[in-house]
Amino acid sequence: MAIADIKQRPGLVLGGAILLHVVLISAQVNTASGLPVLQVVTFGSFSEVQRGTMAVINGVRGLWSGYIALQRVEEENNALKHELQSLQITLQQERAEAQRTDNLRQLLELRERANLDTVAAEVIAGAASPDFKTVTIDKGSSDQLATDMAVISPAGVVGRVILPSRRASKVQLLIDRNGAAGALIERTRVQGVVVGIGDGMLRMQYVPGTADVKTGDLVVTSGIDGIYPKGFVIGTIDHADRGVGAYHEIVIRPAVDFSRLEEVLIVRTPPASRTAAAEEPAK
Amino acid sequence: MRSAAALAAILIAIAVQTTLAQYIFRGSSTAIDLVLIVVVYVGIKSGPVTGLLAGTVAGLIQDALGPGILGLYGLAKTLVGFLSGVLGTQFIVSAPLPRFMLLLMATVLHSAIFVGLNQLLNLQQTGASYQTIVGQAFGNAFVGVVAFQMIEWFPGFVDRRRAGRFLKR
Repeated sequence: MAIADIKQRPGLVLGGAILLHVVLISAQVNTASGLPVLQVVTFGSFSEVQRGTMAVINGVRGLWSGYIALQRVEEENNALKHELQSLQITLQQERAEAQRTDNLRQLLELRERANLDTVAAEVIAGAASPDFKTVTIDKGSSDQLATDMAVISPAGVVGRVILPSRRASKVQLLIDRNGAAGALIERTRVQGVVVGIGDGMLRMQYVPGTADVKTGDLVVTSGIDGIYPKGFVIGTIDHADRGVGAYHEIVIRPAVDFSRLEEVLIVRTPPASRTAAAEEPAK
Repeated sequence: MRSAAALAAILIAIAVQTTLAQYIFRGSSTAIDLVLIVVVYVGIKSGPVTGLLAGTVAGLIQDALGPGILGLYGLAKTLVGFLSGVLGTQFIVSAPLPRFMLLLMATVLHSAIFVGLNQLLNLQQTGASYQTIVGQAFGNAFVGVVAFQMIEWFPGFVDRRRAGRFLKR
């Protein structure tokens, strides 16, 4: 029965016989690389099968991981989002702490450098009205703070104490319309008065028109006002024009960034000019 | 039964080929392939499947007995046996001339496959020239036709001899 079936399919038998011979021959012949042809052909053919199998497996795995297994991904995603938010908050806290440490370090350096009796304070509030440039600090009369004490920062002059209470004080910033300080241009030692103009910039007044003034010149306190110690930075000249009168019109960019004021030093040592003025009437 | 006869014929042809042929065809430049002749005959008489099976068996035995790659003769004779069977079933090849032509073509095809495989595999096992192949083809064709006629004539001759003896009595 089987033989009769085989005889009905001569092509099939021929194909089988040819395949048998090819395999048989390949098993005995080496390729140019010295490997048996059967091994090379078998490996080559089977590697394609393996490639195809892996492609199918990868496809199924991709389907599984890309679609079916996504059910748990939402939970994981939410957990990761929460973790990320927590880490972002922690990072911000760390950055703030680092910034605060840096500020305090600079303040400490200034304190040592100035060799003045100072007390550090933290800015706890801003101005109640936009027309006035003031801040509130957390030190007051209980820390021996008094009116007209100079307030400075590592960057430069901040302002003066105008209203001390027991545990807090109001500080008038130098950029306030009513703020003023005796100043001099460091390069030429030309003196004048720096006043606030309310828009964040300062104006230097009473500088003679014949004086040598250049943009970028550094302006420091002169110490003659009896409030600010001598030699502290106020700012740099932003631009200077020869006005209609006998004086220059000088606009100064403050050295202190008043919008980022956090820690300050209050100078409890009165300037020498005030001490001298206080002594003169006594004589 | 026919397969067993074919197998026996193959074995006999191989035996003769390996023993007596060198004496019978001594001095001849052509190498008669008795096994090929048997395969062609089996194919003609029994069809393509039996022909290719006969070719496979015969070729593999020849390969096994020789020093070459196992399967080269097997493949060549398998194809020859198959084609012989196909031609034997499609055409009438009972006359000497068609058989001569068939054996001629079968030998050329066999040699072409064998030489082709050798060159394909860079084996260089055969240095057969075209003249040798053509000579072998004619030799096989001649011997084959004679052998076929004798094989087919012999049973009738025996019968006639028996019948003659019976009548004399």
